[in-house]
Amino acid sequence: MTHRFRDLLALEPLTADELRFLLDQSKPFQEIQKHPLKKLATLRGKTVALAFFENSTRTRISFGTAASRLGADTMNLQAEASSIKKGETLLDTAFNLNAMKPDCLVMRHAASGAADYVAQHLDTPVVNAGDGTHEHPSQGLLDALTIGDRLGTIENLNVTILGDILHSRVARSNIHLLGKFGCRFTLCGPSMWVPRELEKIAPGVPIRCVYNMEEALENAHVIIMLRVQTERLNDPPLSANDYILLYQLNAERLKRAHRDAIVLHPGPINRGIEITPDVADGPQSCVLEQVTNGVAVRMAILYLVISGASESGTHPALEAKAKESANASD
Amino acid sequence: MLVIKNGRMLDPATNTDAPRDILIDGEKIVEVAQPGSVRAAPGAEIFDATGLIVAPGFIDLHAHLREPGQESSETIETGTRAAARGGFTAVCCMPNTKPVNDNASVTRFILDRAKATGRVRVWPIGAASLESKGEAISEIAGMKEAGIVAVSDDGKPIATAKLAQQVMDYCRSLGLTVIEHAEDVSLAAGAVMREGVTSTRLGLRGMPAAAEAVCVARDVQLAELTGAHLHIAHLSAKASLEQVRWAKSRKLRVSCEVTPHHFTLIDEDVTYDSRFKMNPPLAAREDRKALIEGLADGTVDAIATDHAPHEPALKDVEFDRAPFGILGFETALALALEQLVHAGRISLMRMVELFTTGPARVLGVERKIWPGQAADLTIFSFDRPWTFHVGESASKSRNSPFDGRKFKGGAVETIVAGRIVHRIQ
Repeated sequence: MTHRFRDLLALEPLTADELRFLLDQSKPFQEIQKHPLKKLATLRGKTVALAFFENSTRTRISFGTAASRLGADTMNLQAEASSIKKGETLLDTAFNLNAMKPDCLVMRHAASGAADYVAQHLDTPVVNAGDGTHEHPSQGLLDALTIGDRLGTIENLNVTILGDILHSRVARSNIHLLGKFGCRFTLCGPSMWVPRELEKIAPGVPIRCVYNMEEALENAHVIIMLRVQTERLNDPPLSANDYILLYQLNAERLKRAHRDAIVLHPGPINRGIEITPDVADGPQSCVLEQVTNGVAVRMAILYLVISGASESGTHPALEAKAKESANASD
Repeated sequence: MLVIKNGRMLDPATNTDAPRDILIDGEKIVEVAQPGSVRAAPGAEIFDATGLIVAPGFIDLHAHLREPGQESSETIETGTRAAARGGFTAVCCMPNTKPVNDNASVTRFILDRAKATGRVRVWPIGAASLESKGEAISEIAGMKEAGIVAVSDDGKPIATAKLAQQVMDYCRSLGLTVIEHAEDVSLAAGAVMREGVTSTRLGLRGMPAAAEAVCVARDVQLAELTGAHLHIAHLSAKASLEQVRWAKSRKLRVSCEVTPHHFTLIDEDVTYDSRFKMNPPLAAREDRKALIEGLADGTVDAIATDHAPHEPALKDVEFDRAPFGILGFETALALALEQLVHAGRISLMRMVELFTTGPARVLGVERKIWPGQAADLTIFSFDRPWTFHVGESASKSRNSPFDGRKFKGGAVETIVAGRIVHRIQ
């Protein structure tokens, strides 16, 4: 079964079938990351606009790398260099970028719903690279891909998410994806950041909020850490020492989880705050695989929104790859 | 001379619900009588109101006409034209214009513009503090002499309890009602909607109901302390309503208004469409239920629109950046009919009261259909089907979440001081 995606704005509205399809489409691109020659010609002649209205390093580089490995060109807009400060509206900026005729607009913005809003006004496909505290769809997908690789399945798992859930777009995308595959969620962190309303954001998905980390880790198959945003610690101030005392993931606490539990973190990591270095670098940690998978997932997303789903069902990326290998100096 | 014939007259002031003919001469009502028995001079204009309801002129306690200073969003002319289309004969305009209406010169400017360009009566509300900054008390006595009908720092609350106490005390002595935009600004800081499951799901910052109720509680205490007439603007939370109910049970001079959007929509209706962004924000399901109970049982004194036009350039941006507020004049009556009367929650008489004698009492004015009274009348249909198209609105702005909504019943003719200011064919 194939699916078409005009945009990729959020995981919440997607079905399990569509999500499975996105993950399956990412797999050939994972293989490409292992290849000595990684560049394809799949999207040669296409242009991807990267519009980052909010600071980002890894997501911007990951999308840029994904585009270039597909043979596409990129145009870059960064917040610092943008006209936002000159008073131009988001929509005007988007219209201007669009007038340069990109084939896809990848955007990151500090306002929840910003990608959705821009997509309503553009014919060009929009990929949400993170909107405020709403969703981060490509992160949700790359996390699922990583979990599937490590544990052999993404179904019926106990998933514990730790940290500032209220302000996390990563947590929302994780819930809206894994929740459709029967996963059960335990959300844990300081109570101000883990309001009970979270239990109801995905009807039908078992979500519980707990405030005791030992309890939250009990029997977890997947532990997703969120970065403690230092700016949040200041609104109003919360003691960093308190956070470490109650919610830092260390080796001792990790023992509470399932024997084969894995640890994910969307990065960047604050070593010694939310996670101890031995856990971050330990065998259960998947943080660097996440980064590698990020490129694969984003290649699949760009490919799908720009080319549309392959009608034949055979993935052209691999065919293209064969051609590329034969003509490597291209 | 104008005769309104064969209408069903509904007047809460005299508790009349009966067929009546009304004779208007100049700016006044001169006779109210059984159908066919008024003594109109030959050649008098006749309006046949058969099948229609004739009510005292509707008063809107809460509107933003944006003039002076933000004429690209609304002017007194366009705003009052929209008000007339909605059946309002008098609108109270909030002082958060540019400059703020905090002195008699601005008040006089507004009244002069209203005289020159307004379709309906414009009753200015003066700022409680200079520039509504919450520091010094504004020129309240001077503005009263110039024509304000109440005071408010609307758009924000009176900044401190101390200032609120002083303003209430002063206004009691001047005989003015203090209208409070109740909001604890620290609880509401950065919030763009009501806190709840929807805000959490959408990743939009929410304010709790307590952001309003905390301030209502403060002001109710101060109303008791000072004896002032305190009126809570656009009350949206059940907890706030309970504070008002408590105040009324203690016979304090406390009243409140509710907007049509708060008794129609809830936070679950919010999307990233900025037409669903207003302050106070759309509340929870149980709040709406409580507001409707309050409208029915008398705890709520008035329906007010909080008509808040914003030109598309301001409103058509990402949700976080959009200003708060939506249009209100042209849909208020139809929403009240739909949500309250047709839905069987209140009587037609009670609804008319919420638009007429209710708000009149808040301001300390009279409103009834009686010989000698000003000829301000709202004539409306109970069930005429129509569709609201915001593109056809008389307002300069287009920020309504009710665009395209189908209604049953609405204003047919609006009469201000004996003059027909709105009539649909």
